[in-house]
Amino acid sequence: MEAVMEKVSSIIIEQLSVDRDAVVPETNLLDDLGADSLDVVELVMALEEEFGIEVPDDDVENIRTVKDVAEYIAARTEAAA
Amino acid sequence: MRARISGTGRFVPDRKLTNSELEELVETSDDWIVARTGIRERRIAEREDATSDLATRAAEAALENAGIAASDLDVIMVATASPDMLFPSTAALVQRNLDPGRPIPAFDFSAACSGFVYGLQFARDFAAAGRYRTMLLVGAETLSRLVDYQDRGTCILFGDAAGAVVIEASDGPGGIAATCLRSDGAFWDLIHLPGGAARRPASPYMLTQREQYIRMNGRGVFKLAVPSMEQALRDAAEEAGWDLDDVAHFLVHQANARILEAVAERLGIDAERVPSNIEHMGNTSAASIPVLMDECHRQGRFKPGDKLLLAAFGAGLTWGAAALEWSAD
Repeated sequence: MEAVMEKVSSIIIEQLSVDRDAVVPETNLLDDLGADSLDVVELVMALEEEFGIEVPDDDVENIRTVKDVAEYIAARTEAAA
Repeated sequence: MRARISGTGRFVPDRKLTNSELEELVETSDDWIVARTGIRERRIAEREDATSDLATRAAEAALENAGIAASDLDVIMVATASPDMLFPSTAALVQRNLDPGRPIPAFDFSAACSGFVYGLQFARDFAAAGRYRTMLLVGAETLSRLVDYQDRGTCILFGDAAGAVVIEASDGPGGIAATCLRSDGAFWDLIHLPGGAARRPASPYMLTQREQYIRMNGRGVFKLAVPSMEQALRDAAEEAGWDLDDVAHFLVHQANARILEAVAERLGIDAERVPSNIEHMGNTSAASIPVLMDECHRQGRFKPGDKLLLAAFGAGLTWGAAALEWSAD
């Protein structure tokens, strides 16, 4: 889980061009990092490529924080493993 | 024989529809639109004009630029998603307007925003087969007639314009070196206009459902457009035997500034090699690449021998790319 969190954080930092300090597990992507709908699409695309999964739109609706992203990825990659 | 572009032209309506005007129509803001699309204004055709009128004016400009007359043409091809009528074709009306003096073939084809790139392949193959020597390819749209000005997801995007090129078969250097066309009809509903044709004919009920207007899933389109155009561009470069570093200009369908940025970033190319007019034109579908091409050509940005890569993506889904060496003076 920690490794996933680390990787997810790096991707978020790069995709949204934000400071490392701004990204903690509780960080809300939209409210705290100012991500808009297309930022979210690009972030999802980057995560899909990195982790080799496909994220349906409905799942995206339930993801709010950095922790949500990491937990989702961990669950999806575990299920696939 | 290779297909070489020998002249370009465009017609852009005078009337501008600005973001602040759209703020009066739908719940939106200039900041919101600019941040998500890069668009500040789009052009709207005069009430009495339709796609064939815009196409004719762009074609006349291209003929003049190429230094030929309508009577020199062997074929007229129009790419459009907003034809004047379901039939006859818009190309037939352009043929009437240009009056080439001979019953040369004229036809439309539908590949939505990818239409112009599709047309380049037809021209390339017609030239290679020795079928036609002098061809007119037009991308023209009057999308403002098909846009729902109550839908803030789409009405902010689309505009009206026409761009045209004259393509001549010749043994000279340059010309169209590669074309890659793709489509995937499984995603037909990502961008579509449901009503007014054979499946959902015009009816009072259809109008209450606003089926006469464009519907689009913007997020889904974005997600597929970026990697698809990236791959098509790489494929076209490979087919032409070019390295991306050799390419002077990337003309990418002006759908959304964010898509242009994302494609450039994935290809690792500077924004200055990706010309853009979306800020002032919005998305003009099949017209977008030829309009941008004519702007760049008349600004003297292209030099003979410059390598250009073109890519587009649109309803169908359709997408594709083309590689060409600039050949017009």
